Amino acid sequence: MIALLVLHGLLGAVLFPSGSRLGRRGFLIGGIAPLATFIWLLTQLPDVLDGRPVVQHIDWVPQLGIDIDLRLDAFGALMVLLIAGIGIAVSIYSAAYFSSTSTALGRTSGLLAIFAGAMLCVVMADNLLVLYTGWELTSITSYLLIGNDHTKIHARAAALHALLVTSMGGLAMLAGFVLIGQAAGTYRISELLAAPPSGTTVSVGLVLVLIGAFTKSAQYPFHSWLPGAMAAPTPVSAYLHSATMVKAGIYLIARFAPAFAAVGIWRPLVLIVGSATMIFGGLRALRQDDLKLLLAYGTVSQLGFLVVLFGIGTPEATAAGCAMLLAHSVFKASLFMAVGTVDRHLGTRDVRFIPRMGAGWHLFRVITIASAASMAGIPLLLGFIAKEAGFDALRNAEVGGNSLALAAVVMGSALTVGYTARLLWGMFSNPDRRHGGPHVGVKPPTLRSSDRPSLTYLGPIIVLTIVTVGLGVVPRLGDRLIGAAVGALDPGSPSVHLALWHGANLALLLSAIALAGGLLLFVGRTPVDHVIARGGAIPSGTMLYARLLRNTNNGATRLTGLVQNGSLPIYAGTVLLTAALLPGIVLLTQTQWPGWPEAVGSWAQLPIVLALLGAAIAAAAVRRRFSAALFLGTVGYSMAALFVVQGAPDLALTQVAIETLSTVLFVLVLRRLPDRFERTSTSLRRVVRVVISLSVGVMVFTFAIISRGNRIERPVSDEMIERSLPDAHGRNVVNVILVDIRGLDTLAEITVLASAGIGAVALARVGRRRKSTPKPATPAAADPAEVTS
Amino acid sequence: MKRLVFLDESAHVIFHAVLVGSIYLLFAGHNQPGGGFVGGLVAGAAISLRYLAGGIADVRRISRFRPWTILGAGIVVATVTALVPLLRGDPVLTSLGTEFDAPLLGQIYASTTLVFDIGVYMVVVGLVFMVFEAFGDDGPDADDGPDADTDSGTKGEEHG
Repeated sequence: MIALLVLHGLLGAVLFPSGSRLGRRGFLIGGIAPLATFIWLLTQLPDVLDGRPVVQHIDWVPQLGIDIDLRLDAFGALMVLLIAGIGIAVSIYSAAYFSSTSTALGRTSGLLAIFAGAMLCVVMADNLLVLYTGWELTSITSYLLIGNDHTKIHARAAALHALLVTSMGGLAMLAGFVLIGQAAGTYRISELLAAPPSGTTVSVGLVLVLIGAFTKSAQYPFHSWLPGAMAAPTPVSAYLHSATMVKAGIYLIARFAPAFAAVGIWRPLVLIVGSATMIFGGLRALRQDDLKLLLAYGTVSQLGFLVVLFGIGTPEATAAGCAMLLAHSVFKASLFMAVGTVDRHLGTRDVRFIPRMGAGWHLFRVITIASAASMAGIPLLLGFIAKEAGFDALRNAEVGGNSLALAAVVMGSALTVGYTARLLWGMFSNPDRRHGGPHVGVKPPTLRSSDRPSLTYLGPIIVLTIVTVGLGVVPRLGDRLIGAAVGALDPGSPSVHLALWHGANLALLLSAIALAGGLLLFVGRTPVDHVIARGGAIPSGTMLYARLLRNTNNGATRLTGLVQNGSLPIYAGTVLLTAALLPGIVLLTQTQWPGWPEAVGSWAQLPIVLALLGAAIAAAAVRRRFSAALFLGTVGYSMAALFVVQGAPDLALTQVAIETLSTVLFVLVLRRLPDRFERTSTSLRRVVRVVISLSVGVMVFTFAIISRGNRIERPVSDEMIERSLPDAHGRNVVNVILVDIRGLDTLAEITVLASAGIGAVALARVGRRRKSTPKPATPAAADPAEVTS
Repeated sequence: MKRLVFLDESAHVIFHAVLVGSIYLLFAGHNQPGGGFVGGLVAGAAISLRYLAGGIADVRRISRFRPWTILGAGIVVATVTALVPLLRGDPVLTSLGTEFDAPLLGQIYASTTLVFDIGVYMVVVGLVFMVFEAFGDDGPDADDGPDADTDSGTKGEEHG
């Protein structure tokens, strides 16, 4: 399994920088990854379906319980099937869709491969933190793919919108994972679900996890990024924003629901959010003229349905959810590709402008209608079977509010039928279509309208449609997979079967009601449009997002102005005062005075300390910056001398080296500063400064004495000294600490050093550029060397 | 550019000696006072000596590499050393070492911590180079060029 993930990553890394060199073939090369996954899945499928999951384990950070655990059970296999199967279809379709001269070809194909790997990581992860890693990686690749056309400002804005919303949810989810993981004592998903923890912490954690799932799966009120994400190229939308990535949240809910549906407010939350999303998404879809946006809102609506089905947590509903998951991914991906085909051939995907299609489009028309009918839930298609199973499961679910949820879902289904009708009508038979020049920004229909789509366009759509129809007519074909998937999610569940004919029961009646309601919505579209248009007054999610973003930015600006006022004395004063007061209060209240230590250890110390004190006082008293720097250097050298006397040559060596260098650096910087310290400070300011300096001095002094007398544990340095030679083969403990015992610290420190260096160079360059434009009248800094002479 | 021959020459002589000393500190660090950090600082002192003698131009002449190349290479060396144990399944920064007899030098213990320390050394040296690059002169686009500035600096030091 890990090899598959690595394969995706490698392919992505190779394709990413290839630019347009490989041309459209890049997509076919990228298609190797899902193809390999697909073949691998077929070899594993017999075992997995019999309830023997494939498991792989690699140590990552064993001390923290973070290991790369991968596990493929039947539900994971269903997801992998979608990721790989639709991945193959999208790869082929992309090779036809993208223009061969686009410079972004390599990047797009590489990102698609990386995304597929990340998505596999999400569905195969058996560790919450590994899942999180894959989850965020999908957000990032999605961000890059939405902003694929980086010259368009709205594409970049949409990409940022998607990233902000999904990663905000991702962070909430991470916090939820940590809460749940700590409560359960394990981050292994399989162990966690086998023995689910409970309690308030877990309930809070679950709500956080649900927020993550809702943002990813575009549930109200977080849905608005998904329609924006339609700025991505259509194959990307088909793959990420309908078939796979938005299913990650559904996947998570499906995994957790059987174990956690009854905990806390899980069930009410998923039922309310899912139902609301299904209805509002459907309403919005009814209004769209852009077919791609119509599909996007349709996706939002269907995701709401999936949240209801999986979230409720009963085996029956879960089975219906699995069927719906499969059905939706298949028909929505093919519909997206169909809309993309129309867009590429006819130059528009706006229902008001799509011209009549020629005879060559007959096949296209048939398969599109088949997929759309599956979306609407017409019998003999997979969508119907899934939806009816869903109605049945909701009716039988013995949980509070199930009839309300059922009503909402039927209403949502009616809306689905309504927007499906609008889709087909708009694509094939809008009588009001205008032949004249469309509005600005919409490409006019070209002469190519008589062309017919090539087989590379149609092939993937045909294959997906065959799946829709095949499973619709003979649902038993998918029975084993879906039954095993339910068994994997909910081990105690009875075996479930999908059926074409459930008998003349309530579910059938509801299906008929939904169908009739939807057709009614379509037939009466003029008054309906009128009513819905009023709904436009309700602030949309996009507006809410924009307002939130603007207010956050303004607030941050104000806060920054308050906190970062740009005055170095105030910064330094704040830092020093905090450092003095907080530990100082603890020192005064929590500790005892151990008595004065021996005043003079050896007589050699005396002259050194005298020099040190003198230099320190002089440094504070002098007016010239350069003299102050020199006195500071003297203090440092005296410290070094003190270290020598105390028998710490290593410290002394370091101290001398640092002092030498810092004096030189001081000189370099001081050349650019005024010769003397400012004289403008008022007496009040001077008093404040003296108070701060004195309190820091007093605090450090008492801290040094008190901490010596209040030791309660054996010093850690003892063990370091003991283990230095046998374990690290070094007699110099200081160095062994630096490079071995605390090596990670050192690694971080040199990284900080590097950032500081880069920052210094950048700042100096900026300053220089500013200075060089207007020539300074007088040299800003007197040469420090002349000051001393 | 006006230079003081005495300072110039002595700086060149001392520079190499100090550099050798810094490398000694780097290698001796594991058992005697020293180490990558101190070694790097001493090398930095040597570099500042060159700066005093010949200004930023002389500092630039020390190394063919740009300061950030040295700094970045140091980070890479340290990070790679830290990560290599992962390949063997050990935790990050596990040190490996072998003991062997070398002609003339006697018994030597060579360890990956030394490589890590070399990374630290390079970072410190790179940082010193960078600081001189940042603050050492006014760059080619400024009117009062670096030469005049550093020249008067060296003269002043000589007097003081």
